[in-house]
Amino acid sequence: MKMKIRPKTSELIAKFIIWFVSILVVLLLFFIVSFILIKGLPTMTWQFLTESPKDMGRSGGILSTIVSTLMVTVLAVLFATPFGVGTAFYLTEFTRETKVTRLIRFSAESLAAIPSIVYGLFGFIFFVIYLKMGWSVLSGGLTMGVMILPTIIRTSEEAIRSVPIGYREVSYSLGGTKWQTILKAVLPSSFPGIATGVILGIGRCVAETAAVILTAGSSLRLPTSIFDPARTMAVHFYILAREGISMERAYGTATLLIIIILAINIAANMIVNRFVAKNR
Amino acid sequence: MKLRKDKLLSFGFFLIALSTLSALAVITIFIFVEGLPIINKVGVINFIFGMKWAPSQGEYGIFPMIIGTLSVTLGAALIGVPVALCVSIFLTEFAPKRVRTILRPAIQLLAGIPSVVYGFWGLTFIVPTIRTYLGGPGLSILAGSLILAIMILPTIISISEVSLLALPGLYKQGSLALGATHWQTIHRVLIPSAKSGIMAAIILGIGRAIGETMAVIMVLGNAVALPRSILDPARTLTTNIGIEMGYASGEHQQALFATGIVLFVMIMLLNSVAQFIVRKR
Repeated sequence: MKMKIRPKTSELIAKFIIWFVSILVVLLLFFIVSFILIKGLPTMTWQFLTESPKDMGRSGGILSTIVSTLMVTVLAVLFATPFGVGTAFYLTEFTRETKVTRLIRFSAESLAAIPSIVYGLFGFIFFVIYLKMGWSVLSGGLTMGVMILPTIIRTSEEAIRSVPIGYREVSYSLGGTKWQTILKAVLPSSFPGIATGVILGIGRCVAETAAVILTAGSSLRLPTSIFDPARTMAVHFYILAREGISMERAYGTATLLIIIILAINIAANMIVNRFVAKNR
Repeated sequence: MKLRKDKLLSFGFFLIALSTLSALAVITIFIFVEGLPIINKVGVINFIFGMKWAPSQGEYGIFPMIIGTLSVTLGAALIGVPVALCVSIFLTEFAPKRVRTILRPAIQLLAGIPSVVYGFWGLTFIVPTIRTYLGGPGLSILAGSLILAIMILPTIISISEVSLLALPGLYKQGSLALGATHWQTIHRVLIPSAKSGIMAAIILGIGRAIGETMAVIMVLGNAVALPRSILDPARTLTTNIGIEMGYASGEHQQALFATGIVLFVMIMLLNSVAQFIVRKR
């Protein structure tokens, strides 16, 4: 026997469940973030940020891991941005949809889907071993560069597509060449979107552990060049927590990670919002 | 003259655009070259369906890890997909504008939180909770599924939200005009019409769950044995690599690359299916 629920009743039930679940998700996010922050904020002193780790991280601060994170991230962005933005320009400004663009797009989507641990394997065998870069900031940065490439391509492509055709037409009608049009008409107005992509890429670099630990290593010494091995904050946090070296410092490191990710998200949102407001 | 310059420029950008293709090619080649020899030596069947993983004795069977990956992923999907669908429907149909402007960045933040932080939270909150209330070691498939369910939310929510938003407004207006309630409109008209996008979202979310490493390492217990219940610890393909790459060498290391090949093939298949569904639309 099939029970029949009145449409009005099912509407109420569905509405209730959807509201309930959505609120639950927000509360969960709030809970996870505050769970870490409450235990970690007391550790976040100036000393913690400016002292290098001592005794495998049992005492001291996390300065060397901050520097390592910065170096790997900068390198990754320097490597990925030209290729990512260039690819986005090729896909939008230079061709129609052909087999070639479909292949390029398929490659980008595939790169986005590949798990980070596989990037780690690849970076290890290709950069660390085959190209003899060793565990280093360079290997880690290049691996992360490949990993964030699809993010930058996707956001840049969207940004470039949203530039009105008129901008290009005006540039051409004034005698501008293709290069001038791209550089002076399209690039400036798509810049905020491209910047958002780069910022999101930075976020991925800061958060990544699996790919970095296999390519940059886990040395706690302060890296002085890109050929030195390095331990990023995320890797440091992982090792502290997993091996139970210092829970207090693990929470502290996680807190800094969350604060950085929070700042990155806010920055990206502000750029997008300002951009949208300007275009309306 | 100008035309030739433009051609040259176009060619230059074409070369840059080939970077994605060549990166994909180099990744594929290097992983396969490193991992295939051991698969050949052990035999594909023995490698994939082998029950015993004992690198010190030269035994490389990854079947327990395949089961581990599948069960954790299935669990994550069972919990995560309904929740994600609720939130995406909430965002597109029910949320007041104010709430939406807070919820959307919050979901984005959920995507940005490092996976090790999720793992740590799982280890210090979910694992003890399971141990206390459900028994067992706490480090379990259930813990892994819960963490992954949360981690795949942003992927599924944002993609299905986009496909729900892309529906013509007429669908909804038509249904409402025929006297259907809001909920009837959603589950009889809107969701079926956005089906392909939602399917792609779910597949991509599943792909994320299969590929996640660090969070899972911390809550899954990592035992190599075949799990018997959701309260048993398990090991996935990703965590097998993550745990042992640190000290493996020689044949053992090759076997980890071979594990990577299996993972890679699974992800590529899923990704192709997702892209096929999106294209077909």
